[in-house]
Amino acid sequence: MTGPSAQPAEGNILEARKVTKQFGGLVANREVDFDIPRRGIVSLIGPNGAGKTTFFNQLTGMFAPTSGRILLDGESIVGLPPHTIVELGIGRTFQNIRLFGDMSVIGNVMVGHHVRMKAPWWASLLRLPAVRREEEATRQRAKELLELVELPRRYEEDSARNLPYGDQRRLEIARALASEPKLLLLDEPTAGMNPGETARTTKLIGHLRDALGISILLIEHDMKVVMGISERITVLDYGEKLAEGTPEEIRTNPAVIEAYLGKQKTSA
Amino acid sequence: MRNVMRRAVITGLIGGVVFIYLSLVGLVEAFDERSVITGLLGLGRLVLMIVAIVVGYRAAVPIRGERGVLVPLGPARALGAGVLAGAIAGAMLGALLLVMISVNLQVMLTSASGRLITVLSTSTEPVVSALILIGGAALFAGLGAGLNLLPGAVRRPVVVAALAVLLISMLEPILRVMFVQLEAQVPLAPFGELAGFLYSGGGLTPVATVVLLVLVPATVVGWANQRRLVGVFTGPRRPEVEGIEEEPPARRRPATAARAERPSARRLVVYALLGVGLLLAPQILGVRLSEVIGTVGLFVLLGLGLNIVVGYAGLLDLGYVAFFAVGAYVTAILTSVASPAFAPQLSFWASIPFVMLAAALIGLMIGAPVLRLRGDYLAIVTLGFGEIARILFLSDWLSPWLGGAQGILQIPAPEPVGRDPQSLYYPIILFCVIAALAAWSFANSRVGRAWNAMREDEEVAEATGINTTNYKLLAFATGAAFGCIGGAFFAVKIGSVFPHSFDIEVSINALALIILGGIGSIPGVIVGALVLVGLPELLREFAEYRLLIYGAVLVTMMLVRPEGLIPNRQRQAELHEEEDVDDQYESDAGEDTGEPVITTGGAA
Amino acid sequence: MQIPLFKRPERFTLTDAIMWALRVGIVAFVVLGSWATLTKGTYSEAAWASFVTAGVALGSTYALIAMGYTLVYGILFMINFAHGEVFMAGAFTAFFAASGLQAMGMFEENLLVSIPVVLAVAMLTSMTIAVLLERIAYRPLRRAPRLVPLITAIGASLFLQYTFRGLYGASVRSYPTLSILSGDFLILGMAIPKTRAVVIVAAIALMVGLFYLVERTRTGRSMRAVSEDKDVAAMMGIDVDRVIVQTFAIGGLLAGAAGVLYTLLFNQVSYSMGFLPGIKAFTAAVLGGIGNIAGAAIGGLLLGLLENVGPFLLLDGFGVPSVNQLRDVIAFSVLVLVLIFRPNGLLGRKEGT
Repeated sequence: MTGPSAQPAEGNILEARKVTKQFGGLVANREVDFDIPRRGIVSLIGPNGAGKTTFFNQLTGMFAPTSGRILLDGESIVGLPPHTIVELGIGRTFQNIRLFGDMSVIGNVMVGHHVRMKAPWWASLLRLPAVRREEEATRQRAKELLELVELPRRYEEDSARNLPYGDQRRLEIARALASEPKLLLLDEPTAGMNPGETARTTKLIGHLRDALGISILLIEHDMKVVMGISERITVLDYGEKLAEGTPEEIRTNPAVIEAYLGKQKTSA
Repeated sequence: MRNVMRRAVITGLIGGVVFIYLSLVGLVEAFDERSVITGLLGLGRLVLMIVAIVVGYRAAVPIRGERGVLVPLGPARALGAGVLAGAIAGAMLGALLLVMISVNLQVMLTSASGRLITVLSTSTEPVVSALILIGGAALFAGLGAGLNLLPGAVRRPVVVAALAVLLISMLEPILRVMFVQLEAQVPLAPFGELAGFLYSGGGLTPVATVVLLVLVPATVVGWANQRRLVGVFTGPRRPEVEGIEEEPPARRRPATAARAERPSARRLVVYALLGVGLLLAPQILGVRLSEVIGTVGLFVLLGLGLNIVVGYAGLLDLGYVAFFAVGAYVTAILTSVASPAFAPQLSFWASIPFVMLAAALIGLMIGAPVLRLRGDYLAIVTLGFGEIARILFLSDWLSPWLGGAQGILQIPAPEPVGRDPQSLYYPIILFCVIAALAAWSFANSRVGRAWNAMREDEEVAEATGINTTNYKLLAFATGAAFGCIGGAFFAVKIGSVFPHSFDIEVSINALALIILGGIGSIPGVIVGALVLVGLPELLREFAEYRLLIYGAVLVTMMLVRPEGLIPNRQRQAELHEEEDVDDQYESDAGEDTGEPVITTGGAA
Repeated sequence: MQIPLFKRPERFTLTDAIMWALRVGIVAFVVLGSWATLTKGTYSEAAWASFVTAGVALGSTYALIAMGYTLVYGILFMINFAHGEVFMAGAFTAFFAASGLQAMGMFEENLLVSIPVVLAVAMLTSMTIAVLLERIAYRPLRRAPRLVPLITAIGASLFLQYTFRGLYGASVRSYPTLSILSGDFLILGMAIPKTRAVVIVAAIALMVGLFYLVERTRTGRSMRAVSEDKDVAAMMGIDVDRVIVQTFAIGGLLAGAAGVLYTLLFNQVSYSMGFLPGIKAFTAAVLGGIGNIAGAAIGGLLLGLLENVGPFLLLDGFGVPSVNQLRDVIAFSVLVLVLIFRPNGLLGRKEGT
């Protein structure tokens, strides 16, 4: 499983081999191989129902694959609970925004940092100086992250649910970043956005990779975003990998085109 | 116009139902044992009057007009509506009275007794009494309707005055005893005279009532005027602008840790005063009241513990009594000479570490199986655990160790404090303060944040890196710790433990008081305990109907003010979510999100 | 370098170890306990027969109450904690009808009149209470967070209990006895007390009636539609509110009938009689699979049996004194174990959220 014989190829933060997920009779993912290069920005696209979010959910530990392997930085993460996977370095956002709505904006980000904080419960209980310092540092870090994702400072203490939609998405990203991930999974980060916000978010994603050195995996439906920012695109259809390559290659791949257009013709 | 009439009729009918209910359930006659104004007014009749006033008030509130605008009623209509509603309600009660007099209902309805008839009758002629009921109800309803017509500046002092007089009358057991105590200890001040002036025969003297009815509104009006002057100098608050809709501040800004950090000078003074008050209380209040405060303190401990489990972590634990019982029994076994199997006879203080250990163990034992359960199931299972605990403590099977139905007696008082209420008060209050500080500490740290997140969305909390399993167990263990300490003090306070003391009533008691006070709010727990535990201890009439009132309180609070009397800001926001426009997606639309995960805590 | 494909091994965590230990432990306990008791031979065949029939009879009353729980849960996804009090209200009120009839000399003498009257009083009272509950306490809170209706239900349960205490008094009352029902029937060589037989038959009749209602009638179809998807049902023109009221009403009717039957078995009514049967009926509903009506029936019968046979079968062998006291422990343990090992119950359906 792990060990010298299973070292990831140079420069892959994540390696997935033959990942299969079956729900009863439905095969949501079928033997998917997937690599994410370090400091890379890759996208996963495909028609609705292709199995993209299912794949995501296996990467983050929401459920385990029926079979196959997933290595993060050389270590298998299959079967680990989600919070451990966060600790190992994967952060994510959700397709439908899932913030802690009644918590403050800055509270949401601070919660994201939870996994990196070291204070044991009894130290919190006693309010030791070290703990208070850590809290303060976390709060500082949270503010920095909010600034990084360009959320205005005046929103800090507001309830997260009261933010405008685009800001909520960015808050989710900030929360994911607070756990200092090596790999960031973004599930449809520009869904529901107008072109202006989309452009901002796209720019942000690129900036994140450059500034923080993290790897990024996107699920996206907006082809402009996908084509514009991805270094490599993988296409899923019916749970299987259909094609993989640079944006140019994918754009001109006949199978891909048919998958999308064909879907529209025959879908009920 | 028709709407007004219709509403008045409906309100009257509801009022009538309430009248009949209160009478048949026995509340009216039981409460009437207590005098509000000696010789003139009993609490039972006062309750009926209050109901009538509320009926009248509600019948005359502004009504929604054609365009959805609220239109206040003119004086004639308001009074008319009020009187009509009152008359209807009174007629229903009058009918009940006549029926009771002619037919013996007591075979089935045990409260339809002679005593009730006496309370409801004001004359020897039944028909006259009935008519007086109608008239009286109409009169008080009219007064209630009239409240609508008064301008706020007048209404407020009137209502405050009435409530204050009622409160002072109700608190007779406390205040009179206090005054007598103070009389003995501070010879020069006229406390004794004050007590004599205010009270006689269990209620206010008529003279005192009149005086208070004048004095209180005068004070209130004076106070209000003074504050308005002050307000002129400080200026109004400036609302937020820039794109965020105007929303009530309470909803927009959850309390954060930063604000709690730095107490102002004024707060410190308040705390200091409170501290002094707490220290001196037993001396001022006397034995009986110290004992009551001791009981309240026990329930504050329980409430704080349950508050952590329910309020912070969001786990509805209905079996909380199990912790209480374990703490009591561990203390009994370790300290009592009469412990059946194993009697090390430690001192109370030496047994505390073992109590805490037991707490941790049982917290984990109860927490572990329920980790994966959702709200409703969690509640029932914990309820089951509570019942199992009680049955086991009661059983013959375990009686060689636990004493069975006989319980364990001869639990020694904690040295050097002693068992008398005025001494035991101090360690109880001390632990309450420690518990409150501990709860506050957790709440404002990463632990509290994790609990908040878990409570809002467990799945996402787990996906954000929070080990929900551990934090749930921590919540249970902490709650258990507080509960067990409460149990330990209970054991020494009474001097013995019997399994019958540990039934579901205790759990419900604790739940009711945190709901009333405010889920997730530490001051709320204290207020809840004072009201729901303190009052019944003092007012025996309430004690009889305690659980009925608890039930009504729980339902009413949930319908009207789920966040409690002293709310925790964030919980208040959570509980009123649906009233905002919801612009979040349903979670399963479209894209395959995979198998719906029922709970977290492991691969599917 | 080829990484071999194999069925991904689940990480064997501590939790899994504990769960397996528990499973083994429980099976061992059941097997050993039963074997020990049977070899000890404390109880005669007639005694076991009695335990079993008592269990089935009690279980059928649980089944009727459980169906009420499951119907409401299927539609509103909430536990009507106060359902036990709905049961009590019917039973207690019917008591007065029964004594009234007896005082008039019509109870025993005119069975064809008195039994339906008593049943009707019980069922209608329970139905009324259930409907009032829904209207006053639950309907305003339909969209509130989970915790809120649950607490309301607890409060309502308390309130109803103590209301009836205030109304009817705190003392325990005994139903007038029916001499026609004393003694046993002889069925298949076993002597079954007549009361138990009547209870079982009546309960089965009601259960069949309910099945018919849910499966074959329009009302039942609407109920099933609403329980599948409230919003879609509304769009199809179903009056969701009315269906909900109907559901509570039917649950109430069943609980009322269960109340009379329960009293036939135990002869006593009091204001607090609803608490334990309520919880046990809920256990039964969960055991069978909450939301599933057949499951509620099976769960009820099973729980009744477990409760009546279990303590004797399992514990006596271990030399536990007064096993009778521990029957509730068995019932609650069943609840806990079912929820840990098989939260969807025996016939469970996937729960929506």
